[in-house]
Amino acid sequence: MTTTPLSPGEQVPDQPGTSADRTATPARQTDEGPAAAALLAAGVGAFTLGLLTTLAEASTPIKDALVITEEVGPLSGKTTYAVVVWLIAWVVLHVAARRRLRLSSAVLTVSLVLLGLGVLGTFPIFFELFAAE
Amino acid sequence: MELTDREWWGLIHGLVLGSLFLLAFAGGLAELHALRPSVETTTGLRQSARRIGVGVTSMAVVAWLTVFTGTWVVYPWYREPAETSPRSTLLGSENTELWHTFGMEWKEHVAWLSPILATVVAFLVLYYGASLATNNRLRRIAIALFIAAFSFAGIAGLFGALITKVAPVQ
Repeated sequence: MTTTPLSPGEQVPDQPGTSADRTATPARQTDEGPAAAALLAAGVGAFTLGLLTTLAEASTPIKDALVITEEVGPLSGKTTYAVVVWLIAWVVLHVAARRRLRLSSAVLTVSLVLLGLGVLGTFPIFFELFAAE
Repeated sequence: MELTDREWWGLIHGLVLGSLFLLAFAGGLAELHALRPSVETTTGLRQSARRIGVGVTSMAVVAWLTVFTGTWVVYPWYREPAETSPRSTLLGSENTELWHTFGMEWKEHVAWLSPILATVVAFLVLYYGASLATNNRLRRIAIALFIAAFSFAGIAGLFGALITKVAPVQ
């Protein structure tokens, strides 16, 4: 089998002859905005989960407010609201900013920091530091 | 030899869905890594992109099913106020309370990061398709997110297995 290399930045070209080649790659696929929006939104979602986890530990009223069902307890609210915030952030960023956003170092750094803070917020040794008396 | 309904759900959550996600990871990672023009032909790249798309989307779905069954089906049994519940059992002894205060407390939260990241990877593969092959940075970001999703699922899976060994949901 011969290999047809693609030069950097090149779209995957159409090659007639096989069904796999009949689908053209749309121009939008070179745009990194949607990827940046998805990445930032994931950071926002992760950060929200960490924040809600820590806030629930620090404040009993917040912990109680996060109870959607008694059986699951505050975890029901933490996870549901984090997922809702993530999805809203994704839709808003995708619709409003995908043409302006680029996968810049700033976007990567912000996403990574948000994800890191989210993980930290879910870490028991960290959130127990804020435990309500 | 018989399993209760609760044990069946524990099995579906941990052994079936959880293991499926963790096992499928290696294949997905290898495919994403090989999605390069220097490794595959143009036709091969398109076919690989479609295959990876199906694979990572399935993994994202499995990850969501795992956290949903874990949080909404199995977890309520784990945290029942009864003295015989796993949570009460673990907290009843100084030797085992750390399994709950650290293991379970981390697992139940951090696990939710896995489906979020797996969904982003699925989106990247489906949206960009074979053009991921010519965008090394984007492909590497997808691989990094994929590894992160696996790591969070791995943490949750490991603690889940160990906690189940100490205090199973019955």
